[in-house]
Amino acid sequence: MNAPTLDELAIDPERYELLDALFNAEATRRDFFRIAGAGVIVALFLETEVVAQPKGGPVPREIGAWIHIGEDNAITVYSGKVEIGQNIRTSLAQVVAEELHSPVKSIRMVMADTAMVPFDAGTFGSRTTPAMMPQLRRAAAAAREVLLDLAAGKGKTERDKLTVADGKVAGPDGKPSFTFGQLTKGQKVMKVIPATVATTPANKWTVVGTSVPKVDGRAFVTGTHQYGSDVRRKGMLFGKVLRAPAFGAKLTSVDVKAAEAKPGLTVVRTGDFVGVVGPTEYEAMKGLALVKAEWANPPKQVGAKELFKHLKETGRAGKGGFGGGGVAQGSIEMGIKAADKTVKETYTLAYIAHVPLEPRVAVAEWEGDKVTVWTGTQRPFGVRGDVANALGVTQDKVRVIVPDMGSGYGGKHNVDAAIEAARLAKATGKPVRVAFTREEEFTWAYFRPAAVIEVNAGAKKDGTLTAWEFANYNAGGSGLRMPYAVANVKTNTYSSQTPLRQGAYRALASTGNNFARESVMDELAHAIGMDPLEFRFKNLKDARLKAVLEAAAKQFGWGKKPDAGRGFGLACGTEKGSFVATCAEIAFDKAKKDVRVIRAVTAFECGAILNPDHLKNQVEGCVMMGLGGALFEQIDFADGKILNPDFANYPLPRFRDTPILETVLLDRKDLDSAGAGETPIIGIAPAVGNAIFAATGVRLRSMPMIPNGLEVK
Amino acid sequence: MPPVKELHVNGAARPVDADPARMLLSVLRDDLGLTGAKYGCGEAHCGACTVLLDGRAVRSCTTRVESAAGKKVSTIEGLAVGEKLHAIQEAYIAVGAMQCGYCIPGMIMSALALLTKNPEPTRDEII
Repeated sequence: MNAPTLDELAIDPERYELLDALFNAEATRRDFFRIAGAGVIVALFLETEVVAQPKGGPVPREIGAWIHIGEDNAITVYSGKVEIGQNIRTSLAQVVAEELHSPVKSIRMVMADTAMVPFDAGTFGSRTTPAMMPQLRRAAAAAREVLLDLAAGKGKTERDKLTVADGKVAGPDGKPSFTFGQLTKGQKVMKVIPATVATTPANKWTVVGTSVPKVDGRAFVTGTHQYGSDVRRKGMLFGKVLRAPAFGAKLTSVDVKAAEAKPGLTVVRTGDFVGVVGPTEYEAMKGLALVKAEWANPPKQVGAKELFKHLKETGRAGKGGFGGGGVAQGSIEMGIKAADKTVKETYTLAYIAHVPLEPRVAVAEWEGDKVTVWTGTQRPFGVRGDVANALGVTQDKVRVIVPDMGSGYGGKHNVDAAIEAARLAKATGKPVRVAFTREEEFTWAYFRPAAVIEVNAGAKKDGTLTAWEFANYNAGGSGLRMPYAVANVKTNTYSSQTPLRQGAYRALASTGNNFARESVMDELAHAIGMDPLEFRFKNLKDARLKAVLEAAAKQFGWGKKPDAGRGFGLACGTEKGSFVATCAEIAFDKAKKDVRVIRAVTAFECGAILNPDHLKNQVEGCVMMGLGGALFEQIDFADGKILNPDFANYPLPRFRDTPILETVLLDRKDLDSAGAGETPIIGIAPAVGNAIFAATGVRLRSMPMIPNGLEVK
Repeated sequence: MPPVKELHVNGAARPVDADPARMLLSVLRDDLGLTGAKYGCGEAHCGACTVLLDGRAVRSCTTRVESAAGKKVSTIEGLAVGEKLHAIQEAYIAVGAMQCGYCIPGMIMSALALLTKNPEPTRDEII
């Protein structure tokens, strides 16, 4: 089999699957060239595995990313990260372009295809920028060095007289001059390098740090961008899956005769799994409606009404999951005694859904004993394992391809649709597509954990914090750490029995923990009669957090008096190496019992900025998403059923809810770049809550704060 | 009821053979391969499926295909003329309006319907 060209590899997903799945621990040099064709390959292995590699032997297991420079000048980057809308397809290309002194448009990103890219645990935790970005920088820098070596040899020129610019290597007077393709032609050079190559410092960046537009912007506005939901295979059928009427209900009997009798339909049954496959989604859906299923009564389950009592009662001290764990220092009792004012309150956090606009979807196609699954997930390799386990095959028989997807927000770590499509495709011998409806997405995905948060805190009249006791039941420890200086501090997480399937969410538990902490800080400030900004500065030691707070306050004009019916609030926080402060202005209409967020100013700092415009997009997106959880989003449920699994009953922020958004970005070229997709979400809810208090005197301690408006007597 | 045999999409007659009760969105995407319009909610709320019927913006996820028969259907795929993008498409690129971009085709078609009728809308008319 001839190696495919780079065009086929990077652009035409239907062609490159001709290749065998190969990326595993035993990948060899030959395997890389089989994927990419002749040229120069630089693979970067993680620092943990610095071992000599025999020429032509297996390459290290821990490859983080690799770059290929082909005979046609194309630079192709292979990474296991997925594009969810956070714009890493562009920002990572910028990084490679910078080190290779080449135009961004000459870089092609092959992402999240388990047969083509190195293993990657997943795209979550704001890890792409701090972990993947430096790897690609170093791989690209190493590739540049290889090109210089090749040019020196080929041009019989002293290496240090050569420069790399605009996709070429050239001598002092432009002679000799080689395109990358001329240098890599006929070569099969493979460098496997440790993660220690020198790279261009941020203050010398010319491509990184600029607002390069989204590389495939045209495809989005013309509707040609192919999401997982747009994958169409020859002979593809459509599957629908029978769902239980309630969580935990067991299928006791099923009669599929009527569905089977319909021409064109195939009914697939394995245990509790029943699926109907048809030539259109409509026919599959009508067929599923003909399936007569009996279900045993589900076990009695806690509902939204009893939720917080239940979480508290079932809470067990421990690591708490989701980054839990706590600290204890000093004595809370002494700290409370030393305080002039104390606040002892309980905050709550509802379950909410991620609501990616593209619901879960997968297309599966078998060829012999191998299956390829196109789906949207943040864990391509994890889903590969899930499919393999469910179908009883080894992982090397499963290939997962993740087209750039219609968002995830931490909610697409698993994809049941991928397993279901694989099952139905296996049974029918045809490619099968399974697409969740919005109701299925609301019901059968997973939720941001609900929480009960208990806070017991005190401060002196001069603004000194004296005690901080903080416990989170169920949601976890993200955002638990106290960023303010306080002598007596105790933080804890408790694991509770969760009545709903729960998992990651953008910024995890810090959406709730930061809300509770910054609201209590506001409560204390009001209790001692100190301005909330001054109170924070008094207790903050962290210069980076202070800097964003200062920047947000300045832009907002903190200190002005609000108009009648208006209120100002602020909040700050830090997670995952980045820093955020938000100031909000709200308007309260007493007669209409309505709160509107009028203006939100967010200052954000995440080290050296890779792409200012895309960073601003992330900050604004976070603020808008955070508004939903702050104001009205909540999952209602009872007896194992989700009661509001649709947009009519689960309100999300709309255009009419959009405040004036102002974003101040602090660029710290002297600091490593941190991820930015999560932390900007944590400031908006407490800022709005504090603004509502300022306007109305009402302290709201539950997220969402105003699902039914706000009544003030 | 007889199946729908033809749709007029983006200026051309396209043969189809669709159960009249199917939704226009599904026929456009699954039968005609026009996947620009997206499924987001299936309840006419989110607007990702928006296309134009005789110039009016409709939610194709809740529009039965029979009601599109004999009308002019315009989808995102028909908006650019050759390589030349429509001004709205250019504007979306110019301001970097996309994150995941899933809703963008629907937004552009909604904007097109609004601006055709009302070239200078106020903020309130937009939201």
